[in-house]
Amino acid sequence: MPDGPGLELLRGEIDVDAPGAVLATSYDKERATLIVDPARIVEILTWLRDKPGQGYRFLSSLHVADYLPAEPRFGVHYELLNRERVERLRVKAMLPAEGPEIDSVTPLFPTANFQEREAFDFFGVVFHGHPELTRILLPEDYVGWPQRRDFPVGGEPVTFTYSEERYG
Amino acid sequence: MADQRAFPQGLVDEDPAAPTVADLYGELDADRTTEVMTVNIGPHHPATHGVLRLVVDLEGEVVRDLKPVIGYVHTGIEKSCEDKSYWKVIPFVERMDYVSYFFQMEAYCGAVERLIGLEIPPRAKYLRTIFLELNRIHSHLVWLGTTALDLGAISMLWYCFRERDRILDLFEMATGQRMHTRYFQVGGVIEDIPLGFEEKCRQFVHDMPIRVGQYEALLDRNEVFLQRTKGVGIVSHERLLDLGVTGPLLRAAGDPWDLRKAFDYLAYPEMDFKIPVGTVGDNYDRYRVRVAEMVESTKIIGQALEALPGGPFIADNRKYVLPPRSELSTSMESLIHHFKLVTEGFRVDPGEIYYAIEGPRGELGCFVLADGSAKPARVHFRDPSFVNLQSFRDMAKDSYVADMICSLGMLDPILGGVDR
Repeated sequence: MPDGPGLELLRGEIDVDAPGAVLATSYDKERATLIVDPARIVEILTWLRDKPGQGYRFLSSLHVADYLPAEPRFGVHYELLNRERVERLRVKAMLPAEGPEIDSVTPLFPTANFQEREAFDFFGVVFHGHPELTRILLPEDYVGWPQRRDFPVGGEPVTFTYSEERYG
Repeated sequence: MADQRAFPQGLVDEDPAAPTVADLYGELDADRTTEVMTVNIGPHHPATHGVLRLVVDLEGEVVRDLKPVIGYVHTGIEKSCEDKSYWKVIPFVERMDYVSYFFQMEAYCGAVERLIGLEIPPRAKYLRTIFLELNRIHSHLVWLGTTALDLGAISMLWYCFRERDRILDLFEMATGQRMHTRYFQVGGVIEDIPLGFEEKCRQFVHDMPIRVGQYEALLDRNEVFLQRTKGVGIVSHERLLDLGVTGPLLRAAGDPWDLRKAFDYLAYPEMDFKIPVGTVGDNYDRYRVRVAEMVESTKIIGQALEALPGGPFIADNRKYVLPPRSELSTSMESLIHHFKLVTEGFRVDPGEIYYAIEGPRGELGCFVLADGSAKPARVHFRDPSFVNLQSFRDMAKDSYVADMICSLGMLDPILGGVDR
């Protein structure tokens, strides 16, 4: 993991090539996070992957968290891994509550394919440029985004109601 | 099929005059006019190792394209976790990948421990290491038994499940449960191991390499097994990395990437073990890597038993860890802590963490988001089966249906983990 100063150095380097793309940094619990402009996510991840001396070539995980009631509400997390230096780096893009959308990184990291579909399935985050953005774990005709914090547990209608109707 | 041979290449007694696919079925090029048929396999099919549905485009007996359709055992575990206090989440996450439950527990408990900055005592680290490696062997045994069964080696299933039963006996002895043990707690483990466990475990560590040798004797030079696995399902190393594949599948392609070595967690830095790697990354290498990993795991268990430190098995922080039962009748303080922990649970300051460990199938990551309450705001698992399944199309494309089944077995997906 880049330490606190290392993270600031990294931010400085990104600022040279992509000014203003990194909005903030955070270093918490020995984990480094870059909070970036969602419109420039592909640019940043390409830089981190291909820039000589960086080499964050492995995308471990892509997931979304809902920070309700904060605004911007959704955070798309990219857990990058540099296998040569054995360093993890989290890149986070914050998206608004209304119409969350971001560019897909599947062309860059093919592993993001299923994970972006999962994020779409559960949070309704739209990934532009994804080859097949459909529901992956839920049925195709499902309505709603169940992992959002304002979707209640048990908010799902019960399909099999025989016992309920018979015995009340 | 990289080469167009009717039978896999690379066998010891390779016959240069062996008929090619072209000899038997004519040229198999893309613009051939044979009818391509779309066939549905699953979701309920024994060879899919769970509730997996495959939509396969077949040209004769050759797979031209395929698409895995998942979600049939999705139960919303991640959502349910948001409605449970931190310590009640543990049994939930165990039920995701139901073959490697100790790994799920470690990923989750380790993530929460790192969120609250709780150091676990050395004995707990060693006990966790022992159980994780027992679980790794257990998982690989289930894989070996069922995959060999797919390839027609029925006796392997009985032998593998015999040893698996011994591991489950060990789990039962220490935790009271054979599966889904809920043994790991935030801060350590729930109970110390009972008297006699170490001896029984040592006996297992002694026996297991012998058993593995017997499995190898059954399969390693089995002509049918070799023909079915050698040269089948090869995916290039770069493609595997692009697809995010980790674990034995990546190591079979010759990449010695193992989080147990790369990152510092539990007692692994003190253990002496090797990382088995393959050479070409075909199904035979995948088999060899997993079998060799079982032997390495027994070495780790043996060393951990030898070096097992004394002392407490769970941290002594009463804000997060239940007080010992004996104190409840004598100490008011303990009673209050106990009451707070079992009713509301403990609160975790806002923060987020991603903690990854080496599961039997690859990188098992757990993301926990805390919002300051006693319930996690988000629990997400980066399940290796889910990510690795993306490489299945590359493995099975342009091979026979039978080889596709073999590749699926060697991929070793656990659909409970895929669908969560």
